[in-house]
Amino acid sequence: MLHLLWLIPALPLAGFVLLTLLNRRLSRPAAAIIGAGSVGLAAIVAILVSVSFMVSPPAGHHFHQVLWTWFDTGGLRPQVAFYLDAMTVIFILVITVIGFLIHLYSTEFMEHDEGFTRFFMYMNLFVASMLVLVLADNLLLLYLGWEGVGMCSYFLIAFWQKDTQNVYCGRKAFIVTRIGDTAMIVGLFLLFTQYHTLAIQPLMTNIANATFSGDPVVVAAALLLLGGAVGKSAQLPLQTWLPDAMAGPTPVSALIHAATMVTAGVYLIARTHVLYLMAPDVRLVVAIVGTVTLLYAGFAALAQRDIKRALAYSTVSQIGYMFLALGVAGWDAAIFHFMTHAFFKALLFLGAGVVIEALADEHDIFKMGGLRRELPVVFWTFTIGAASLAALPLVTAGYYSKDLIISSSLAPPFGDVWLWAGAVAGALLTGIYSFRLVFVTFFGEQHTPITRRPRWRMQTPLVVLAVLSVIGGLVWLPEWMGGWDPFARFVGAALPLLPASGWSFGLGEATIVEIVSLAGIGIASLLWIRWRDATAVFSARPVPDALERYWRAGWGFDVLYQYVFVVPVKWFAHVARNDLVEPVVKGIAGINVLAWRGLSASQNGLLRLYIAVAGAGLAIIIAVVVLK
Amino acid sequence: MAAVSLNSGLILAAILFVIGFVGLVTRRNLIVMLACIEIMLNAAGLAFVVAGARWGRADGQVMFLFVLAMAAAEVAVGLALAIRFRKTLGRLDIDEADEMRG
Amino acid sequence: MTVLFYIAGAVAIIATIMVVTRSQLVHALLYLVISLFAVAVVFFTLGAPFVAALEVIVYAGAIMMLFVFAVMLLDVRAQKPPRIPWSAWAGPVALVVVLLAELVYGITLQNHALAAGSVGPRQVSAALFGPYVLGVELASMLLLAALIGARHVAAEPTDAPAGEADAGATGLEEAPEVPPAPEGVRG
Repeated sequence: MLHLLWLIPALPLAGFVLLTLLNRRLSRPAAAIIGAGSVGLAAIVAILVSVSFMVSPPAGHHFHQVLWTWFDTGGLRPQVAFYLDAMTVIFILVITVIGFLIHLYSTEFMEHDEGFTRFFMYMNLFVASMLVLVLADNLLLLYLGWEGVGMCSYFLIAFWQKDTQNVYCGRKAFIVTRIGDTAMIVGLFLLFTQYHTLAIQPLMTNIANATFSGDPVVVAAALLLLGGAVGKSAQLPLQTWLPDAMAGPTPVSALIHAATMVTAGVYLIARTHVLYLMAPDVRLVVAIVGTVTLLYAGFAALAQRDIKRALAYSTVSQIGYMFLALGVAGWDAAIFHFMTHAFFKALLFLGAGVVIEALADEHDIFKMGGLRRELPVVFWTFTIGAASLAALPLVTAGYYSKDLIISSSLAPPFGDVWLWAGAVAGALLTGIYSFRLVFVTFFGEQHTPITRRPRWRMQTPLVVLAVLSVIGGLVWLPEWMGGWDPFARFVGAALPLLPASGWSFGLGEATIVEIVSLAGIGIASLLWIRWRDATAVFSARPVPDALERYWRAGWGFDVLYQYVFVVPVKWFAHVARNDLVEPVVKGIAGINVLAWRGLSASQNGLLRLYIAVAGAGLAIIIAVVVLK
Repeated sequence: MAAVSLNSGLILAAILFVIGFVGLVTRRNLIVMLACIEIMLNAAGLAFVVAGARWGRADGQVMFLFVLAMAAAEVAVGLALAIRFRKTLGRLDIDEADEMRG
Repeated sequence: MTVLFYIAGAVAIIATIMVVTRSQLVHALLYLVISLFAVAVVFFTLGAPFVAALEVIVYAGAIMMLFVFAVMLLDVRAQKPPRIPWSAWAGPVALVVVLLAELVYGITLQNHALAAGSVGPRQVSAALFGPYVLGVELASMLLLAALIGARHVAAEPTDAPAGEADAGATGLEEAPEVPPAPEGVRG
């Protein structure tokens, strides 16, 4: 079964090619079948491969499938080859299964859109690129997938391209992630120059053997790769693109900006964890970046009125948790949270999509309300998702993964009390803002009428994801619950477990998380159910209002970047317009225009002019002949 | 009978040719332009005859005869064209016919 | 004889200049006739009496008559002909002066005397029916083509070419069902 590995990215890629070639000639049902079907088939193959891997793991717990050699130049000889280990299994399952659910949802969500086929074209290409990214056995192929997902993200954010605002959002996403990508490619250059290979496993072995901890090359490379991860995963300081990326259709937000692409940074760091173990300072930076980001995004999510932007900031915050986990060498905890987050965040986005569509494209939560009775399926699934996000104790998947991260942040040898405090505060914030969304959107009186109701293709993924959001965490129970952790043991074959997994923290620390999350939910219910009007009055007063606006604008990062980067660059480009090269280029054009003018003036149809010119030519010829 | 030199004859032919050419380029009336063409052809014929007389042979005059026949043919068609020109464009001004399509 | 040559040459030159500069069309044509007569005298002085006669009969006679008939058909008396400003002559005259200078230079690179004696009609005819007989035939075909061409070009569009249906038996290839020439066709 394992040899079918190459089919997993190949199927969506084939879907993309088919949809591109047959674009105009496909009917909607056919495009839906090809688009969703290719990912569905990939999901089936992924399940088969994963089951085969789990049931009878190959030697060394990894499987390497070489397809062909990409190129061979200057000592660089990357291959198009796929590497399957436990971490990859998790990723491909999440990408294909959740991807399929989202594609199914999209067949109904996008049914009235004229760009239906184009949508599935880009989505398939995205899924293919993401699969290449996680399956790649060398960093260059990974970078290919990295760029591919970035490109598809741009296409999909700017999908409704007739409104140029959407295009600007796509452009912003592309440029900001580009900054990260540039850092990453420089990091790749550095690694290749030092270690002469970019194939991940040999590279990791070389690094582990050849360098000492704190080696400047390793530190630099780790920082640069972190730059790439920060860009792609929308962490500080490159987080400004993700809220604006909500301009794309909601399935795009669900797939790309919640479950998969933004987790590429997490994947990268986890994959190259040896590098980070060898550069402890950078690892600490990762943890700090994660913690600061999760707090920053928590406050920002609290102040959002647009339901998708709130979820976007929530994604930034949860990925901050994953970065925090990576920063304390809790690689598998990060992967665990990635998995549960994929479940509930996709669920939340899809639910938000249903609500937005039902209310005729209304995004403002304060204009919603009262949908609890009208859209019951959506209400219950959305609430389950929010509960998982807020880590409602015991019954949600989010609880187990977030609890693991919070406790790892305190655990020796890498834990730190400040990191832990930040994570706990973040959990409180998460509870508050997630249930703020639930209460404001679904409770209270209805402000906007419902014009479109979801049918089975939009409701089924919601239900499936809700189920996963509840039971998905039960594969790694904490110590005090019995410690049944098949997930940890499975992934531990690929990633070193927390060195302190033997450290048992008692019931005491665990209850803090539970108290905090329940407290968050409680505060939210007070503010937005019982004391709703008082809250509205309070937030209209000058100081709270200003604070809310400041948080809503993402703590002013957009404005900051505008003045620090955008304005100077544009000014410089404007000033440098007439540089040395400009006259040369203009001169070439000018000569052509002159020649054109002259030639068209000579074609004026006046016979006498033609005769005169012929005479002049005659004079010249005679002169030449006579003067010989 | 002739004490004229070759050069005199050829120079006369050249002068006549050149006068015809300047008229061709300057005048706008179609009939006058045809007349200038005739002048030029006549001058060319004169050159032929002068050349034939240099050798004392009939070939020059024979060439002149052919030139004459050609000039006659050309004038016939040219004047027919002038009639058509006048009918379509209303005037005999060559500059009126400067459209290059249709 | 030489004196006659120079006088006739001068007359030809002056008359030609007048042809080119007259604004009245008929004046120009008359001057052209004078010029042709002068050139005929030049031919005579060169010892080519046959072509002198031909010049007068064909050129000054038939061709200029064609011109006069065309002018009559065209009825050009209507508009007053516009004067050509002197500035319009500047460019062409400059060009032509250069051309003339080159030609004269080329001509005067060498010189010869002309042969004595005249070449009379007998010699010309012998040449025509001897080596140049093919040319004569071609010239006659050329004239026929010109004749037919001129007739068709000058004809009114309403003249149906099918009116020549009687030519069917002569083997002349006639295009079947030739449609009348479309309106607005230019020559």
